[in-house]
Amino acid sequence: MSESRTGGLMGWIDERFPATKMWNEHVGQYYAPKNFNFWYYFGSLALLVLVIQIISGIWLTMNYKPAGELAFESVEYIMRDVEWGWLIRYIHSTGASAFFAVVYLHMCRALLYGSYQKPRELLWIFGVLIYVALMAEAFMGYMLPWGQMSYWGAQVIINLFGAVPVVGDQLALWIRGDFAISEITLNRFFALHVVGLPLAIIGLVAAHILALHEVGSSNPDGIEIKKNKDENGNPKDGIPFHPYYSVKDLVGVVVFLIVFSVIVFFMPDFFGLFLEPPNFEPANPQVTPDHIAPVWYFTPYYAMLRAIPDPFGGVVVMGGAIVVLFFLPWLDRGRVRSIRYRGLSFKVALGVFLVSFVALGYLGLMPATSVYTMIARVCTAIYFGYFAFLWVYTYFGLEKTKPVPERVTMK
Amino acid sequence: MNQDGADKGRRRFLTAATSVVGGVGAAFVAVPFLAYWKPSARAQAAGAPVEVDISQLEPGQLLNVKWRGNPVWIFRRTEDAVGDLDKLEGVLRDPESSEPQQPEYAQNRHRSIRPDIMVLVGICTHLGCSPLFRPDSRPEGIERDWFGGFFCPCHGSYFDLAGRVYTGVPAPTNLVVPPHHFVDDNTILIGEDEGAA
Repeated sequence: MSESRTGGLMGWIDERFPATKMWNEHVGQYYAPKNFNFWYYFGSLALLVLVIQIISGIWLTMNYKPAGELAFESVEYIMRDVEWGWLIRYIHSTGASAFFAVVYLHMCRALLYGSYQKPRELLWIFGVLIYVALMAEAFMGYMLPWGQMSYWGAQVIINLFGAVPVVGDQLALWIRGDFAISEITLNRFFALHVVGLPLAIIGLVAAHILALHEVGSSNPDGIEIKKNKDENGNPKDGIPFHPYYSVKDLVGVVVFLIVFSVIVFFMPDFFGLFLEPPNFEPANPQVTPDHIAPVWYFTPYYAMLRAIPDPFGGVVVMGGAIVVLFFLPWLDRGRVRSIRYRGLSFKVALGVFLVSFVALGYLGLMPATSVYTMIARVCTAIYFGYFAFLWVYTYFGLEKTKPVPERVTMK
Repeated sequence: MNQDGADKGRRRFLTAATSVVGGVGAAFVAVPFLAYWKPSARAQAAGAPVEVDISQLEPGQLLNVKWRGNPVWIFRRTEDAVGDLDKLEGVLRDPESSEPQQPEYAQNRHRSIRPDIMVLVGICTHLGCSPLFRPDSRPEGIERDWFGGFFCPCHGSYFDLAGRVYTGVPAPTNLVVPPHHFVDDNTILIGEDEGAA
């Protein structure tokens, strides 16, 4: 193997720092299954968006001012007076939505191919933690422009904590640091948005990747390639990440950047979904916008919140919708991972689950009429019903699976 | 490490004692970091009571003032509006104001010290949006008895002109009446009960 010490600069470094060793472990000789399909682009794309967000974010911080009177104005200043400021800002705002788009697809892949199943439980848990941290990051970031939707969206979310019995009011007061959302709240959210949460996210991403490389990647057939190794001890169905997947992912990156650029340059507000119209007005604590909807990536949970008549019940359901994800590896008792070989009921249930999640996302954008509220209640029941069904279905052995192949298939 | 002749019990005790002392220290250090988030002295001072002159307030008019950053409404009801409050009993969740959403001196049919002057915190009790003032026109989509009131655009809750919540809407309770008292006939102090320091 390439453990042999070579001379030259690399040799000198390798004797003092495991550069070559790390490269081989995580890139050069990291064997990934050779049958990755379209769904496997989104992990590396999420990493790309993280880099885009960090760099554009650092640049925005150079001109942004986290003060009540100045925040909105400084964003306008970036947009109008700073050289290329509009581009950096639109990259960052589009990047936020792009992050959720790729993360949702990445999570959907895990559901389709059972990537969360044993032995990848911790890998999945790190992933869900990243998702939670990302939601906090996005929520606090959306407050910073200090527009009407920034203010009133934050008002709704912080008051969720106020719905907690007994300590709720004190808790909300502690989070805000003031009797209403103010510059004080803005300042602490700024600190968390630019320092605290990015550090947490980077750490979690490192843990996510280390866990992945420890257990190895799953694949669309959901079988362990490590069971079939050649004489060198490398999986017969595996290929080194570099150059095979680095080149494949590069194709994904190019396609992604084309779509990303089209949005940044031609539709940065994305029809009011990425940047909502009320947010082009400065925050006004005295006037609520006519219709408050969170940014699209939060709307499924928002629809659940509104579907429950009791505020605290709504908060519990909303939180429960996320918490239940952590338990998914233990709720699904099935031994077959991939949807390709799972029972028909699983396929139908997962399909209905995904449709209802998208439907909740749509309902969360719409005003809460009585018809929509009823549909949201049904979809909320389906969301939780999926997890209950999955447990019953697999725990009592009701699933009729198809035979799983010994080696990966290339279809 | 050389374990020969080591007193394991003693070593365990020292490890545990060190961990406990360190843990207690960490817990104490956490206090300033958590308390740092509480409202500062300046924020608390900014939350002081507000004096409002209502001599110019006409019947049917609503005055919007800011107290602790929240909108506070001072509304002079017309005589008709005071009378209408009795007609809504059946469609209200808490017509007698038995939930503690107001100081004791405002726990009555009209939820105010004087029947004509209503003081409310203009924040929906569901999730904190500020409802819209609809003194006469019926908001779209409401098919209930309606004599004017407040409509929350966020999640569709509505309240009568005493801030009492209708049944079947997301808001669980009536709008909050803040502590307040009349300094004289034309001056209200928002944020303090009568006789408070």
